[in-house]
Amino acid sequence: MSGAGGQVAVAAREVRRHFGALAAVDGISLSVKQGEIFGLVGPDGAGKTTLMRMLAGVLRPDEGEIVLDGVDVLADPEAAKARLSYMPQRFGLYEDLSVDENIFFYAELFGVERKARKTRAAELLDAAGMTPFRRRLAGQLSGGMKQKLGLVCALIHTPTVLLLDEPTTGVDPVSRREFWGILYSLRESGVTILLSTAYMDEAERCSRLALMHEGRVHDCDTPARLKQAMPGVLFAVTAPDPRAVRAALQDAPGVLGALLMGDRVNLRADSAARAPELAARLHERGVAYGDIAQVEPGIEDVFVALTGAGAA
Amino acid sequence: MFERIRVMLMKEFLELKRDPWAIFRLVAPLVIQLFIYGYAATFTVNHVSTVVLDLDRSQASRDLISHFPATGRFEIVDNVTSQQSLNRDIDTGTAVAGIIIHAEFAKKLLNGQSAPLEVVVDGTNSNTALIALGYVSQIVTIFQADYANALGVSSGAAPGAVSVSLQERPWFNAGLEDRWFFIPGVIGTLALMQVVSLTAFAVVREREMGTLEQIMVSPISRVEFILGKTVPFFIIGLADVALVTVLGAAWFHVPFVGSPFVLLFGSSLFLLAAIGLGLLLSTASRTQQQAFALNFFLVNPLFILSGFAFPISAMPAALQWFTFINPLRYFIVILRAVFLKGVGFAVLWPDFLGLALLAGVMLGVSVLRFQKSLD
Repeated sequence: MSGAGGQVAVAAREVRRHFGALAAVDGISLSVKQGEIFGLVGPDGAGKTTLMRMLAGVLRPDEGEIVLDGVDVLADPEAAKARLSYMPQRFGLYEDLSVDENIFFYAELFGVERKARKTRAAELLDAAGMTPFRRRLAGQLSGGMKQKLGLVCALIHTPTVLLLDEPTTGVDPVSRREFWGILYSLRESGVTILLSTAYMDEAERCSRLALMHEGRVHDCDTPARLKQAMPGVLFAVTAPDPRAVRAALQDAPGVLGALLMGDRVNLRADSAARAPELAARLHERGVAYGDIAQVEPGIEDVFVALTGAGAA
Repeated sequence: MFERIRVMLMKEFLELKRDPWAIFRLVAPLVIQLFIYGYAATFTVNHVSTVVLDLDRSQASRDLISHFPATGRFEIVDNVTSQQSLNRDIDTGTAVAGIIIHAEFAKKLLNGQSAPLEVVVDGTNSNTALIALGYVSQIVTIFQADYANALGVSSGAAPGAVSVSLQERPWFNAGLEDRWFFIPGVIGTLALMQVVSLTAFAVVREREMGTLEQIMVSPISRVEFILGKTVPFFIIGLADVALVTVLGAAWFHVPFVGSPFVLLFGSSLFLLAAIGLGLLLSTASRTQQQAFALNFFLVNPLFILSGFAFPISAMPAALQWFTFINPLRYFIVILRAVFLKGVGFAVLWPDFLGLALLAGVMLGVSVLRFQKSLD
């Protein structure tokens, strides 16, 4: 283990990567401390995957520096590979090979010794609840089990840094919870985890978040502080027709933003004192509504407020 | 390094073992195609359906006509009495060839005049037509000789006439067996098709499954990966060559007079070039469908421009140049030489050199391109 909790495990400085004219990652700097679960949050196309692949050493940045667990990834990608593990959105498993054989293959690629492999595989499979399926072919596993097997393969060489690109996309809630259980216990053992997610509830579980939009990091802090940093207050307005509510209120004085959330509208306003005004405006326009209540903002609200993006 | 290549190999063979159809897919197409080539690929023309229009109806004309089916080359399917009927038979495809003997054939022959025989052939298949015409002239020569003998003219040949007798002695294939010509070539053709497509599909499959990216974040190097991925196909390719060689010699009795070592060496160089080609295909394809389309586009020209069936010397100069970058061209020369002539490196070195250069360039370029295609 490489030291106390304060140490930086992943550092990126002014990393850029273009694909043709598109700046997929447009000058990103990050610093992830050892033992953190660090989340990259942003819509598709924000540059999360491109950034991940550069951190993992599979894609070269046009500019910038990446240091991972003290190793310069660009100068010495091979040394970095031994310390990190990268799991793309869909982990590449050999479907014709069994669970055990996939694990064996990845363990051998990383030069894990036989004895260490056996104990580690047993531990990881147990934690993933997959011990009964060791002989099953990977192609016959469910989506959630495949992701868990991917994680087991990715962890077999005991990396110090784990890079996960949307690891739970398309995974059922039960498997997702188990998956997060494994991540928490990894953090306990000092592994640094950097993951990207499009699920806002998952973002809340991270120790720190980077809000990414159009190839840049807009804000980077703990979920709690990001929420505090959100300008204004948030009201939830329940209504039979939330669209009508949004239409009536989005241009009202003091309203900073309106976000449709199913049966309600999340309305960001400059002050909590605006509530009676808003109610009056709805009355005036004859728009039916149930309730106007001040609520704690979620990460999605914060994301929209801070990046000015995705107002749906 | 060897540890990681070994684990790649283990994985490849394990996957192969898991696939119950693998052995069938690897062996059956080879054997089936060998038998198809062995039995069906021939330039010999037999039993050409022929229509006869005899306007002379003389002893001589009947005699000439009887020469045609006697050789087995022609089969008389119809006797007609008018040019129109003959044309109809050719048009409808009832007959491929028509023999027209004009009136006064016998009379002219007796008078020592030239007696015209008209032959019509369906030229839609130019190859068959050409060969059939060759047979006709042979038959007519025989008929003339017989006729002259019968009349006792041979002794009274015009003074001063020199008789030239042609002795044909084809070397290396005395019987001019088409099979001896085709089967050695088939080995190269089949090995090329199989190895190029297997290599290309196997690498593209890893890309499609996402395992390629996973492997690239492991400490395995690109060269180790490529070696681990292609060594099985090299082995399969050598097994292909051995299998077809043994079958060709044992079943089709094609002589194998050369050295197996020369064949092994040539096959190895050729397979390296084929693997390079397959890798090159894989770097240009994101999906297996794309690889399939590219493979399809590539294999036919390679086949046609190899000298397998069509002589390279008869091709336009520009296409002849193309054949120099075709590994199959060199390998077919080596195969035929090893099988039928029994010559070795002293004679074949230019072909070995060409093959070695091609293998080097193709493997080199494909490894370089492979790096780029990962981004």
